[in-house]
Amino acid sequence: MITNSIKSVGRYCMFMAQVFRAPDKWKEFLKSLIKEINKLGVDSIPLVIIISLFIGAVICIQMTINIVSPLIPTYATGLATREIMLLEFSSTMMCLILAGKVGSNVASEIGTMRVTEQIDAMEIMGLNSANFIVLPKIIGFVLFIPVLCIISMFMGLIGGALVAEFTDMITMDHYVYGIQSFFTEWYVWYGIIKTLFFAFIITSVSAYFGYYVKGGALEVGQASTRAVVSSSILILLADVILTKLLLQ
Amino acid sequence: MIEAKHISKWFDGQQILFDVSATFEDGKTNLIIGQSGSGKTVFMKCLIGLLTPEEGEILYDGRKFRDLDTEQRRQLRSEIGMLFQGSALFDNETVLGNVMFPLKMLSNMSQAEQLERAHFCIKRVGLERADDKFPSEISGGMQKRVAIARAIALNPKYLFCDEPNSGLDPKTSIMIDELLSDITHEYGMTTIINTHDMNSVLGIGEHIVFINKGHCDWQGNDKTIFKSKSQSLNDFVFASKLFQEVKLFLEREYQAEE
Repeated sequence: MITNSIKSVGRYCMFMAQVFRAPDKWKEFLKSLIKEINKLGVDSIPLVIIISLFIGAVICIQMTINIVSPLIPTYATGLATREIMLLEFSSTMMCLILAGKVGSNVASEIGTMRVTEQIDAMEIMGLNSANFIVLPKIIGFVLFIPVLCIISMFMGLIGGALVAEFTDMITMDHYVYGIQSFFTEWYVWYGIIKTLFFAFIITSVSAYFGYYVKGGALEVGQASTRAVVSSSILILLADVILTKLLLQ
Repeated sequence: MIEAKHISKWFDGQQILFDVSATFEDGKTNLIIGQSGSGKTVFMKCLIGLLTPEEGEILYDGRKFRDLDTEQRRQLRSEIGMLFQGSALFDNETVLGNVMFPLKMLSNMSQAEQLERAHFCIKRVGLERADDKFPSEISGGMQKRVAIARAIALNPKYLFCDEPNSGLDPKTSIMIDELLSDITHEYGMTTIINTHDMNSVLGIGEHIVFINKGHCDWQGNDKTIFKSKSQSLNDFVFASKLFQEVKLFLEREYQAEE
């Protein structure tokens, strides 16, 4: 198992060396880049909005219910909602969810290209298929992920505001005061920086599993599952390391 | 001309090809025939360079494939067209997009020249009205024709076809065979076709290489194949009822001649 893991890491590094080369045709690369930004990034906006909105609302409700003490001011609910969204949800949790959507999409698309010999067709033409297929996906998603992260932060806070507006759990004034209190701008950058790493992990690991798939439709499905599981584990591992490095 | 010299190939310790040597001539339709699992596709992938043989040499007009550096291999690959068994068309591109793909990526033609060449190739394979269709919207035979158009778009010197007739009805198979044969003679290409279809063997087999269990058991053409003394070849050729009847007929013909 250890030997296989070392082999996989080595093959992944060689794969990345093949991916990160100057594109054969810049014009075609830019066209693919725009297509991938649209497919992997823009198409994920509705999912990010829905999830962030509900999670923001749930955090707000949970905080209101659980922080019941005369020593804690009511605006703490807004403050806690903001901190949770900024520090963990909009970066780590959102990327774990996107690993499912984007990761499986990338792995299955590339895996299908492999088993239907489309990748072989490119290789026969003398193209660097890894570079042509994978580089726009990685660059596109890494470029767009800060937008998703900011949308998630914003919508999470809106979710909390909706709870304040439509329930009597907390007043809107207290909630707004809470989300403005003790604001540390660095936490926004911290979230964005983390998502850049996570986006790279999601796309590159999923592309790797798709690119080296062997067999047929069944194996493409298995590769897709492995891509999502591996990306999720690596995201959590990277989260620990980045948190230690960025917040210490 | 493509020469394969003493090719041997192993997978996970199991030998698939045993010292296979063959020569494929210019301007001819060269066929590699053999049963499923005999090593035809592995041999073809070794010829193209998708697999590296452990032993032996592949020569393209005297150029040793193994000795070529990355840039030279890239140059050589731009001289190769390939028709895959499953067509290998790009799902997210239309017929026109598929045929234009190699032109966009590998030529320095202007957009107008690319379009002109793509339309010419599409017309050559008789698919003028399918320009804007996606691969999933056309039949298997049409997909093969699109793949042929894409393979010839860059006017290659060498054309490889892996089982071009698989999954097609007899009439469409004959049409694809004739198209490949016509294109080969028209452009003087070295065409190599992997097949186990005896109709193709008789229809377009100008040079035939028979692979059996990883060995090259016989080489000849469509005229000499019925007179071969190779037991393995005869077992392959006369496996079907139809060809057993043909064999009886030919034997009677030969006896009458004697």
